[in-house]
Amino acid sequence: MPNVITVSGLSKTYATGHTALNNVSLDIRRGEIFALLGPNGAGKTTLISIICGLVKPTAGSVTVSGFDIVSQYRETRSRIGLVPQELTAEAFESVFATVSFSRGLFGKKPDPAYVEKVIRSLSLWEKRDSRIMTLSGGMKRRVLIAKALAHEPEVLFLDEPSAGVDVELRRDMWRLVRELRDSGVTIILTTHYLEEAEEMADRVGVISRGELILVEEKAALMKTLGKKKLSVELNAPLATIPARLAPFNLTLSDGGGCLTYSYVTTAEGSEGRDHGITALLEALSAEGIAFRDLHTEQSSLEDIFVSLVRRS
Amino acid sequence: MNLQVNLPAIRAIYTYEMNRTRRTIGQSIVSPVLSTSLYFVVFGSAIGSRMSEVGGVPYGAFIVPGLMMLTLLTQSISNAAFAIYFPRFTGTIYELLSAPVSPFEIVAGYVGAAATKSVLLGLIILATAALFVPMEVRHPFWMLTFLVLTAVTFSLFGFIIGIWADGFERLQLIPMLVITPLTFLGGTFYSLDMLPPVWRTVTLFNPVVYLVAGFRWSFFGTADVRVEVSAAMTLAFLIACLLIVRWMFRTGYRLKS
Ligand SMILES: Nc1ncnc2c1ncn2[C@@H]1O[C@H](COP(=O)(O)OP(=O)(O)O)[C@@H](O)[C@H]1O
Ligand SMILES: [Mg+2]
Repeated sequence: MPNVITVSGLSKTYATGHTALNNVSLDIRRGEIFALLGPNGAGKTTLISIICGLVKPTAGSVTVSGFDIVSQYRETRSRIGLVPQELTAEAFESVFATVSFSRGLFGKKPDPAYVEKVIRSLSLWEKRDSRIMTLSGGMKRRVLIAKALAHEPEVLFLDEPSAGVDVELRRDMWRLVRELRDSGVTIILTTHYLEEAEEMADRVGVISRGELILVEEKAALMKTLGKKKLSVELNAPLATIPARLAPFNLTLSDGGGCLTYSYVTTAEGSEGRDHGITALLEALSAEGIAFRDLHTEQSSLEDIFVSLVRRS
Repeated sequence: MNLQVNLPAIRAIYTYEMNRTRRTIGQSIVSPVLSTSLYFVVFGSAIGSRMSEVGGVPYGAFIVPGLMMLTLLTQSISNAAFAIYFPRFTGTIYELLSAPVSPFEIVAGYVGAAATKSVLLGLIILATAALFVPMEVRHPFWMLTFLVLTAVTFSLFGFIIGIWADGFERLQLIPMLVITPLTFLGGTFYSLDMLPPVWRTVTLFNPVVYLVAGFRWSFFGTADVRVEVSAAMTLAFLIACLLIVRWMFRTGYRLKS
């Protein structure tokens, strides 16, 4: 898949002297859903703001569909839709008027039928003549999404799309995002809700303190870094862990009735010769420890993320 | 690529701003008309009854160009300043900054709308004044030219204030502390001939004098200063404002971090 956005060596130091982005390079593939994951203050909004033209980069460059965001900003910006993190919309305008305004601002001829389609796809049609200030927070978010889609962008940025959003809107939003992706739109979302990246993204980039620490296919990321846990429910509780099992670093819980073993499945699939699952089970049987059940748990992106940030 | 103009964007901004005017029609149109009528009643009738003519022009008619200028200057500035300050204040400016629009297009939309509104106001005031005194316009073409030029120039100036201001008080600061005094002292309600010679010289440093003088000439064919000087001063201020706006967009001044 060709890249739709190429970020090279991007840095941003604000006037305050704070470096919000430090030499970030990143390729976004056309048609993917990319999740930019990081805690508050990591630099997610700064990165998006630079690509969209709201913040000037200190160093580095960005191209969108091969066009430079500074010297060819008309080409790049007309391809991008942005849903900002903050709920900021004209208070006094009607929904229909503000969405039409966005379409014009981005250089498109008026097309009421298309505007209607966008407004309907966000379940806002009943509210089309309402003033924006009379809408609830969730409705305002829908309006912002409609505005961002009004000019038929190729790339859609969603900055913290589910912050303060109810379950229904979240479901609607994810449905819409998938539909957009299916129609060829590239979607980049930022989040610190990790389930969100896990649920939605094709690829995940982890950003922390202005540095992109890792970019991976979500599935590969889960596989490479996903810690797994094997719980062994014993027939008879153990008072202590036998010396022979020490290399496995087991923990005993549930009043001695459950042994837990943490292990990592690496990309090669090997579990470590000396203390893999097979070795553990052999050791258990050699010790004469009987068990009635086994189950495994895979760590969530959240666990992965916490460990990554801690490591960096 | 540099030659292309995002016309839909200019139209979108312009229409949006004109809709805002329509929504706030009372504030936008009624209050300046009302306050002008009051000026007219107080200055035109009360004072005018003791002072019948200025340079052959009835006093009531004489102050009309000054009143129009006063409204034109203050309204152009405050409209354009508010139009660009408000999105900065609420955060909706993000959309403008992320749009494929050039500074020229942004300025054309906002300044165009603010100037349109001022010109309409000026004409409404003229029509209102015509109810009180018979009005003649010797040079209608030049009257409209001065009207439009002044509206555009001071809307541009207001736009600059709107980008510079970092609070609502600052939006009002320049119109109140600079423009209104300069206008009152700029021959709005009197001819410079009426002043003692020393004050006449001091007044010539007031740029508003030139605006009012040129404008008054287009009505009555007589003026305190040469009309060419008047037009040149206005153009010079227009160019200065254009240069400042260009600098603001080049550097992202108070718009982009
Ligand atoms: N305009 C600004 N001026 C100074 N510092 C800023 C500005 N915007 C953001 N920052 C700082 O840059 C860092 C990154 O912010 P941001 O990109 O908003 O992070 P995120 O979106 O990941 O929460 C934060 O420490 C923030 O305080
Ligand atoms: Mg953010």
